[in-house]
Amino acid sequence: MNSYTNEQIADLVRPDRVHHAVYSDPALFALEMKRIFGRAWLALGHESQIATPGAFFTTHMAAEPVIVVRDLEGEIRVLVNRCTHRGPLVCHEARGETRQFVCPYHGWTFDPTGQLRFVPMESSYASSLCGREDLALAHVPRVASYRGFIFASLAAEGESLVDFLGPVASSYDDIVDRAPAGEVEVAGGMFRHAYNGNWKLVLENHIDTVHPAFVHQSSVHAAREQPDAESGDASTGGSRAGATSFADIQIRQMRQNGAPPAVWERLGIFAGPNGHGYMGDYHSDDRLVVAMANPVFAEYRAALSARVGAERATQILSTHRFNTIVYPNCSFMSQFRQYRIVQPIAVDRTIVNTFSFRLKGAPEAMFRDTVAFANIVNGTASEVLTDDLEVYERAQQGLSSGLVDWVYLGRGLGGDVPDSPGLRRGGMGTSELPMRNQFEAWSRYMTAEDATATNRATPRMAPSASTLNKPL
Amino acid sequence: MMMADRDTLTTLEQFLYHEAWLLDTDRFDEWLALYTEDCRYWVPLEHGQIDGENTCSVIHDDRQLLEIRVRQWRHPRAHARVPLPRTVRQVGNVMLLADAGDTLSVRSTLMVTEFRADRQRLFGARVEHQLCRTGQGLRIRQKRVDLVNAEGPHDGITIVF
Repeated sequence: MNSYTNEQIADLVRPDRVHHAVYSDPALFALEMKRIFGRAWLALGHESQIATPGAFFTTHMAAEPVIVVRDLEGEIRVLVNRCTHRGPLVCHEARGETRQFVCPYHGWTFDPTGQLRFVPMESSYASSLCGREDLALAHVPRVASYRGFIFASLAAEGESLVDFLGPVASSYDDIVDRAPAGEVEVAGGMFRHAYNGNWKLVLENHIDTVHPAFVHQSSVHAAREQPDAESGDASTGGSRAGATSFADIQIRQMRQNGAPPAVWERLGIFAGPNGHGYMGDYHSDDRLVVAMANPVFAEYRAALSARVGAERATQILSTHRFNTIVYPNCSFMSQFRQYRIVQPIAVDRTIVNTFSFRLKGAPEAMFRDTVAFANIVNGTASEVLTDDLEVYERAQQGLSSGLVDWVYLGRGLGGDVPDSPGLRRGGMGTSELPMRNQFEAWSRYMTAEDATATNRATPRMAPSASTLNKPL
Repeated sequence: MMMADRDTLTTLEQFLYHEAWLLDTDRFDEWLALYTEDCRYWVPLEHGQIDGENTCSVIHDDRQLLEIRVRQWRHPRAHARVPLPRTVRQVGNVMLLADAGDTLSVRSTLMVTEFRADRQRLFGARVEHQLCRTGQGLRIRQKRVDLVNAEGPHDGITIVF
């Protein structure tokens, strides 16, 4: 392992290229965990995952094990999952509901605010331990939500979540505004896909509009060759025995990856602050579910219009946004309700946890479409996703070579166009602007000096979620 | 569980072994031919999952999607199957659950060893076949494969079970 000076780190990122070490050097990975994942707001999940008092889920912020819990007063807290006595995880379940976290080692018992409530044989200590602030489960310093989406930061100080998100907050608006009841909820299970490659590869790929025609060539071909079988729905006059609408959506999505180059070149590709960005105008509900002719979609549109008015409904539904990247750990599809949280494991190992959302107040059949869509875009055995994962691994293997220094990211360089405040738009839809933008943020995080105690969770010092999670 | 006579059980066991052999030897057209037009091939994502419509699945294919899957496997740029995965399946614990004359419900366990690109993986699953008796012999109307590690992280899966 090498150690790097800030000058050396800065030299790894050039206007049109980056050094392969950013993907392959374990020393840089360790620094990234401190300087990027230790500072940025990290997406953790959604409030609907912990809807009731005592509900929790466990996850990681970089390598730190945390519990995201709603305490009995209803406040959302992010606790470090480590007993303050001798160190074990106090919670070993993925999710659940509890009044207390009991350490399996010596029985120290913490309530959902993290307070130490019970110590077996406490009389052996000189004085009572229960209630001591320094023996409470440590709190992650900052917790906040935006429109129901939970974030936390390991840094005690930094910009607010809203400032951090900047204009890409509008993608969260898009996902929530589409719900006729004004809320979304996590449903339909969580895929966890993994690959032997660096965490940055997935964030780059999700906003790379040149790759589908090549990476997904085989599934485009296979779906195009399939004879059209109308949906088995009576409403559309199904022709083939057993034909299903879930297959229909998946076939459409596979075919869509083979759109002609002109379609990709016309796309809006946007870069925002802090490495964030999104891909707009990719494809419409119409392409996916024959929306305009679909009675379920008509019912949904009517429900949305009833709440927000026809004009506003039209405005909401004409936002065609595909992948949004919230750097460094989130990629989501607002229009199609897929949320992906990236968990770096090692320089060459990554796990991506993916969730689907139900639009409250929308017809049930729409959620079934979301599930079918999730299976093809995020499914661990999807004909589409598996080719992405394979290419990440081959990229990682190539990038681990020490014989070639640079990765070339020059597509569309110099062609960026200023857009609305805080956004740049790629001069063409296939611009590598999003990757350059991610590395600008990478370089800024990585060369900023470590502030004292920046990435240290502190017991009981942080403002609680309730003071920060007010919706805008 | 119902007590099956020895002939029926042997027939069912041989059928399941045959399906496994077709997959182990890349005879995918013959494998597809074992499935009915209205079939469902299902690998749930969650333990005890109730349906494939309201919860995601590792695989939830109708006949069309199975055909697409097999067609994709044969494409020269099916990157995740270059090199081809090699597999061997061990089918065991075959039990007849129900026999309604033209349809049968059969439970088994499955171990699949996969080797690809210098890595070996092992999958274990409980399997339930819904079979129907046809003029051409037994056909599969539904196959449900509950992987023991369904809820865990998975590197890309480019085989069926």
